[in-house]
Amino acid sequence: MIRTEEMLLNVGPQHPSTHGVFRLVIKIDGEIIQEATPVIGYLHRGTEKIAENLQYTQIIPYTDRMDYLSAMTNNYVLCHAVETMANIEVPEKAEYLRVIAMELGRIASHLVWWGTYLLDIGAVSPFLYAFREREMIINLLNELSGARLTFNYMRVGGVKWDAPDGWIEKVKEFIPYMREQLAGYHDLVSGNEIFLQRVKGVGAYTKEDAIQYSLSGANLRCTGVAFDLRKAEPYSIYDRFSFDVPVREAGDAFARYECRMEEIEQSLRILEQACEQFPKEGKIMAKVPKIIKPPKGETYVRIESPRGEIGCYIASNGKKEPYRLKFRRPSFYNLQILPKLLKGENMANLIAILGAIDIVLGEVDG
Amino acid sequence: MMQGLLQEAPSVLNLLLFFSLTLAFLFMVLGFVTYGILAERKVMGFMQGRYGPSEVGGKWGLLQTVADVLKLLLKEDTIPKAADRPLFILAPVLAFTPAFLVLAVMPFTEAFHFADIGIGLLYYMAISGLTTLAVVAGGWASNNKYALLGGMRAAAQMISYEIPLVMSVIGVVLFAGSLNLTEIVEAQSTVWFIFLQPIGFLIFLIASVAELNRTPFDLPEAESELVAGYHVEYSGFRWAFFMLAEYVYFFAMASLTTVLFLGGWHPVFGLDFIPGAIWFALKFSAIVFLLIWFRVTFPRIRGDQLMEFGWKVLLPVALLNIFITAIVKQLFFM
Repeated sequence: MIRTEEMLLNVGPQHPSTHGVFRLVIKIDGEIIQEATPVIGYLHRGTEKIAENLQYTQIIPYTDRMDYLSAMTNNYVLCHAVETMANIEVPEKAEYLRVIAMELGRIASHLVWWGTYLLDIGAVSPFLYAFREREMIINLLNELSGARLTFNYMRVGGVKWDAPDGWIEKVKEFIPYMREQLAGYHDLVSGNEIFLQRVKGVGAYTKEDAIQYSLSGANLRCTGVAFDLRKAEPYSIYDRFSFDVPVREAGDAFARYECRMEEIEQSLRILEQACEQFPKEGKIMAKVPKIIKPPKGETYVRIESPRGEIGCYIASNGKKEPYRLKFRRPSFYNLQILPKLLKGENMANLIAILGAIDIVLGEVDG
Repeated sequence: MMQGLLQEAPSVLNLLLFFSLTLAFLFMVLGFVTYGILAERKVMGFMQGRYGPSEVGGKWGLLQTVADVLKLLLKEDTIPKAADRPLFILAPVLAFTPAFLVLAVMPFTEAFHFADIGIGLLYYMAISGLTTLAVVAGGWASNNKYALLGGMRAAAQMISYEIPLVMSVIGVVLFAGSLNLTEIVEAQSTVWFIFLQPIGFLIFLIASVAELNRTPFDLPEAESELVAGYHVEYSGFRWAFFMLAEYVYFFAMASLTTVLFLGGWHPVFGLDFIPGAIWFALKFSAIVFLLIWFRVTFPRIRGDQLMEFGWKVLLPVALLNIFITAIVKQLFFM
């Protein structure tokens, strides 16, 4: 008689495939996971508490460090919340710059996801291809904001810097290049039989589950819910562009993959139109007092980040600092379904499922 | 040549010659390992739009692997406290000994051939099976959960793929009428077995990649899941031994593929003014390049799919191949 016992395995916080300092305590029987308990908080910096002692403009750099793969959307959600509260009209040119920056950020973020996800699954090359293209986006954003990752670009009422000469042309040149590369990505990966076997039917959940677990972004759209805040509740100037919301029905890792890849295409479409409509003249900052004091009250705004619905709640008591500030961080909410998905799966699928959720630990831990 | 030396009356000269040739061969293999790794990194770099090693030893990074090995040799030798000490020390040795042993039967050219034994092919398969032991021992002795999982995966994988590997070469053996590797090469003087045995070749190629634990079958050391698999606790020269074994096997398997399916030292298009050794090296390099190419291109297959593929696809197809080969031989070649 062979005596078998369950094994308790710590995956992370130092593990190559947890995308940061995420820890997962799993009970495994052979390679089959019986129970998975996520442990988070290794990267908790208390952004929300710190923000209570800062003026609104001073909070912006902290938002960069939450979802460090798409800092532009984080910048925007905070500025958008304050603008909504204080009723600030943002100049048109600033809105265009914001949209271009955010969409570039979305592509960069999805590229990182694509590369690292395939790295998790065991293919080395896509990572390098993805980072080659991402580097070009980062260079573009660097020219715009002076930083490569933590941009600190947006301000309440506009943006910090105007686009340098010829920058819009560079973005325009980037769009066809990216389309070409994207076709190459599909050639290399999307039809690969091994890849399909690894992701098809893996980590599937239903529409109801997704809504109950409050999933958003590609994690929700992969189940057939066409919910994209850029379409559902257009903010900024997104109502001026025509683009589609990619939706899949299957709800598995491959559906999420397809949604994200198509989102890159749609972002390119938005970029194309935004560059075309970009106003040559105009201000980039609204008339905003040096010290912003939103009126007493509370507000909640939400926008579509690459990972899903990112929201910002501000309670103000009329002072220059917020009374309470809370971010709805999509990675954190998307991660909740993980223990349910992992039950009964094996070790290899653990990586495929966790990777497909697309978490950024800076955002999960806040 | 070697056979001649062994059969002559023993003398000091004989002994010296035999040992110096063996030593030369050892250095050749080590040279392959050194520059095979460099070539792999360079080819990968080329395919991935980067340079690869380019700092140590000129702009081609010619001394990069040498420097890496030196670093490994100088590293502190750590053995985990809870490890099974004797087994932990034994495992790397167990891994690399059979890797070198199998090279004895490999006929590189008509003359350069250390042991011309009648059951060369069987010997290769049997000895190479021993490596599984080392991998399991290493994984178990480390007393690390990741290593254990890696070791178990390796054992399951290597055993399952050894069977289709052996089955796939039976077709070759049927055509050549011998298990002796030299005779198998001789039998290909007109037509290579890759043309007579295309299915056999495909199965052999797939199974050999699985045997080598290379992408897409690199589950035992799946770095994204198991960190490094069975050798996660090894460092320094013990780890280097595992790596050495892996690359010597790479060498051996590419040689075996050349011998079994690509006609060994036989020239292409009757270009026989080029020596057989060069032909062998060319064919061998093509196989090595192919395996590196695989590594750049493919994702990793999942454990259960791997088992399913091995037992439900490769094995039946290999059996079918034997059957067809027997019929074809009976009908057309008797």
